[in-house]
Amino acid sequence: MAKYLMLKHYRGAPEAVNDVPMDRWTPEEVSAHIQYMNDFAARLEKSGEFVDGQALAPEGAWVRYDGEGRPPVTDGPFAETKDLIAGWMIIDVDSYERAVELAGELSAAPGAGGKPIHEWLELRPFLTAPPTISE
Amino acid sequence: MDELLLRSIVPGVLGVLVRRGADFAAAEDAVQDALIEAVRVWPADPPRDPKAWLVTVAWRRFLDATRAETARRRREDLVEEEPTPGPAPGTDDTLQLYFLCAHPSLTPSSAVALTLRAVGGLTTRQIAQAYLVPEATMAQRISRAKRTVSGVRFDRPGDVSTVLRVLYLVFNEGYSGDLDLSAEAIRLTRRLAAAIDHPEVAGLLALMLLHHARRAARTAPDGSLVPLAEQDRGQWDTASIAEGVRILQSALARDRLGEYQAQAAVAALHADAPTAAETDWVQIAEWYDELVGLTGSPVVRLNRAVAVGEADGPRAGLAALAELDDTLPRYAAVAAYLHERDGDPGTAAKLYAEAARKAQNVAERDHLTRQAARLNSRKE
Repeated sequence: MAKYLMLKHYRGAPEAVNDVPMDRWTPEEVSAHIQYMNDFAARLEKSGEFVDGQALAPEGAWVRYDGEGRPPVTDGPFAETKDLIAGWMIIDVDSYERAVELAGELSAAPGAGGKPIHEWLELRPFLTAPPTISE
Repeated sequence: MDELLLRSIVPGVLGVLVRRGADFAAAEDAVQDALIEAVRVWPADPPRDPKAWLVTVAWRRFLDATRAETARRRREDLVEEEPTPGPAPGTDDTLQLYFLCAHPSLTPSSAVALTLRAVGGLTTRQIAQAYLVPEATMAQRISRAKRTVSGVRFDRPGDVSTVLRVLYLVFNEGYSGDLDLSAEAIRLTRRLAAAIDHPEVAGLLALMLLHHARRAARTAPDGSLVPLAEQDRGQWDTASIAEGVRILQSALARDRLGEYQAQAAVAALHADAPTAAETDWVQIAEWYDELVGLTGSPVVRLNRAVAVGEADGPRAGLAALAELDDTLPRYAAVAAYLHERDGDPGTAAKLYAEAARKAQNVAERDHLTRQAARLNSRKE
């Protein structure tokens, strides 16, 4: 088994095929999209491949240490050009091929006009603990 | 075995141990051990007096634990002082526990966790699941909280408003996972109201009952939020409303108004309206004026702007809104609503989209996105 992170972006990903902002869909299309995402997660729970899914607010800030006795420095809100993560789903699957298959399904979520968004998702393998047998 | 009955006895048992001289952290551990034992033994051999059984077992566990440590001297003192078993006064001990678990030296999240465990009798795992954190994290939070309050003297009266704030936090966290935190908060507040005669305790209980009554109507089958005005009022729990109103009325009659009674009064006026259109917004706006006076809270002012918009028209609402800081949470959502009512769907749609970007939870974000979509896809 291997864990993969599927990252969804507010911005910074290559442009989707059906790239219409959500507030320009019909309310029914919004509902259909949300339903698709919920069903997808429920299906992965049933198949024993779901680990976690979370959504992130678009707002945030950069933070860094600024030396002994000083408060951390913050830099926000983010610049318009910053790559912005919208949320993630973590899956635990048998193979890279399966992870790609699932990311493809998630990217097919319906958008404007009820047609698939073809959104680009970032697929990243987790680094694991070292195996017991290594020679 | 009735888990709720079992848990309702817990604070009394804990109180007896502490009164006999056990320190709070050790007593709490011993009571948890006794509960686990009860779950194992009671189904086959139910005790005649569950509380006395728990006190006996917990006290034995406490002594065992103390013996196992190095405090032999202390144990001997305690054994000599051990009172003869008999009926224990329940309510006072329970009340002290509420105060202790909400002690001002605790952070809000610690006070919430400790209250649910020591007063509510929930397991660490249940509390961890409800707050979506690992069990080990919650165990640490609780044991740190116990250490923090262990030195607190157990005989001084506390400030009831700290307890109410903790119970309000538990209630507002609502429903996530298997544990119904709202129902748990109502149970704990109900018991507090039985132990202490205070109009704000009654006010909070009424507030909870009135909001809880709407729960079934608040979400659609697909999980989406249904705003108050669109809820099927036939689904509201009339028994819960009637109880909330009754409790509120007798609290208000004592003429010691506080923020929870005023919030409950708003909820009662909503509950009282057969349809959304028949809502008495003038009275609701007056209650928000009271609340602004009581709390000065910007969130209350924001809600007041909504009420003023309904009572005196959207222009008046927008004027009230203009006096507030536009970085307040839900400011954009309120502005969007008032602009739509004012006949400006273009501005409203933009504001709804902005509100969705600023939403603090997924259900609200999805709802606001749908509102923006509805206005943007309207036929010109």
